[in-house]
Amino acid sequence: MTTVTYWTGDAGTAKSETLFQRNMKLFASSRLSMFFLFITLGFVFMAIAAPLIAPHDPSDADLFRRLLPPAWMDGGDWSFPLGCDALGRDILSRIIFGSRVSIFIGVTVILVATTIGVLAGLAAGYLRGWVDIVISRLVDILLGFPYLIFAIALIAMTGPGLQNIVLALAYKEWVIPCRVVRGETLATSGVEYVEAARAMGASKSDIMLREILPNILSPVLVVSTVRMAHVIILEASLSFLGLGVQPPMASWGSMVADGRSFMLQEWWLSTFPGLAILLLVLSINVVSQGLRDAFDPRFHD
Amino acid sequence: MGLGKFIERLLQLIPVLLGVSIIVFVMMLFTPGDPVAIMLGDQHVTEELENALRHDMGLDLPPHQRFFKFLSNALTLDFGLSYYHRQPVWDVIASRLPATIELSLAALVFALVVSIPLGVLAAVHKNSLLDRIATVTSLFGVSLPGFWFGILLIIFFAVNMHWLPVAGRAGFESEVAPITHLLLIDSLLRGRIDAFWDALRHLILPTITLGLPMASILTRVTRASMLDVLNRDYITFAEAKGLSKTKILIKHALKNALIPTVTVAAIETGSLLGGNMVVETVFGWPGLGRLVVESIFVRNYPLIQAAVLFYAVTYVMLNFFADILYTMLNPRVKL
Repeated sequence: MTTVTYWTGDAGTAKSETLFQRNMKLFASSRLSMFFLFITLGFVFMAIAAPLIAPHDPSDADLFRRLLPPAWMDGGDWSFPLGCDALGRDILSRIIFGSRVSIFIGVTVILVATTIGVLAGLAAGYLRGWVDIVISRLVDILLGFPYLIFAIALIAMTGPGLQNIVLALAYKEWVIPCRVVRGETLATSGVEYVEAARAMGASKSDIMLREILPNILSPVLVVSTVRMAHVIILEASLSFLGLGVQPPMASWGSMVADGRSFMLQEWWLSTFPGLAILLLVLSINVVSQGLRDAFDPRFHD
Repeated sequence: MGLGKFIERLLQLIPVLLGVSIIVFVMMLFTPGDPVAIMLGDQHVTEELENALRHDMGLDLPPHQRFFKFLSNALTLDFGLSYYHRQPVWDVIASRLPATIELSLAALVFALVVSIPLGVLAAVHKNSLLDRIATVTSLFGVSLPGFWFGILLIIFFAVNMHWLPVAGRAGFESEVAPITHLLLIDSLLRGRIDAFWDALRHLILPTITLGLPMASILTRVTRASMLDVLNRDYITFAEAKGLSKTKILIKHALKNALIPTVTVAAIETGSLLGGNMVVETVFGWPGLGRLVVESIFVRNYPLIQAAVLFYAVTYVMLNFFADILYTMLNPRVKL
């Protein structure tokens, strides 16, 4: 398989923490990155505080408000700013609650996958031998499945639902940080300070977790953010296909799907939840790009 | 690359393909519900008949024997009967395949045609307005959820402007006798310009939706590698020799700058396969992706399994060819 390099830097040239801190300062100096980081955190806040900030109950249906247009259009009502869906539920409140699904799945899948991927990648890259062979083969096999198909096949077996989606996505997602970490570990394990630690009799797990891991945090962070944006789109796609979280729980992908049959007249049903997905994914992608630029030594001088 | 290396790489595919089929088989083992019961539906039959059916389908064998049977059947494209269509699974898949191939190829062509000129121009005019537009557009391209973007395109171009059809692959009036089963090519071969035009009009919106993320990625790749090449010594040397700018660009820079683009395009063609399911659903495109999605809701498991295996094998092969292509184009890389 062709290796995609997310990171081309030489991880071992400076002392670990100072390099990471310097990178983060460089990241923080970019106004564009900070602006989109702010938006991303805004979405996280929205997800956490959903019950407090949503103007209505997202499942509160009222057929008298069926297909109510957004407030600024004829017949709109400012207590339902973005209008109502086919069951008369407030679209704004559903979008606010829907952020919980996107962010919960994005964060959980990436946390699980990164933890497993980092540990597997460290083991494969540092221990080498049969450990590397087993892990690398498994990675190659899982990479053989297109992502969405793999997730769909798993969900077809296990049924939809929050937990099953997280599992279906994490089963394959860990492969990506694993490959990156394995490559970085291979490059790092011959460096002087690792040799020094080894000479001082540090245990293998100590060398992996205390010497190598802190030095490869930057590429891991970049990959995690890019992948989180990707996972959020995947979850939305699954929900759109009807394989995501089940009604009445609100998710952005299923809101777009529900609005599809009304797209000729009531365009707002699909448009607003789609905009929410776009804004969140775009923000994460810009943040990720900022991190990558900050971590790339070619941009340092 | 020598023939020996090629064969070595080819042999390395065997464990991967074997692993892929084991995973698909294990998925099948853990699928809930008894296949015989699902197949029979509401029909009541005697126990002997049920056991005979179970024996016919090889379900009474121990798992490892079932796996070898599954594998040898798969090699002859025998995936059993589609519960829903009452037809061999492979026949159903094969009937849907041309539509998916046509859409994927169109998306690939679209992505290449858009991204290569855009990436090159953005690199040559670095930091210009065009460069910024290309950067922002490609950022949007990878962030747009395809299903939503497709709906927006339908609302605008089909519903409001009436320029393009809302959904489907072609109207009834433009049916042509199949040769390749790809409508664009068949209609031209049969000399049916009207049918070609109709097929093209149906193809435009799904192609853009499916190809946009790929076009965005390829624009970035082309821009980056072009910038890299333009800084090389041999370009400076060519400039010093006084060669014209266009000549340097085409003869010296482009040839080398396109190596990463072609490689990434080959890899990304695999990811078009995943996008197919969403795009085909949005546009009512009668392809394999939509078939898989429909099959999930009617619990047509044999078809899903066959399709997953088919997608995976295609994906592995595409990645293999991407690898080979990269090695052939780039003599510095040794396998």
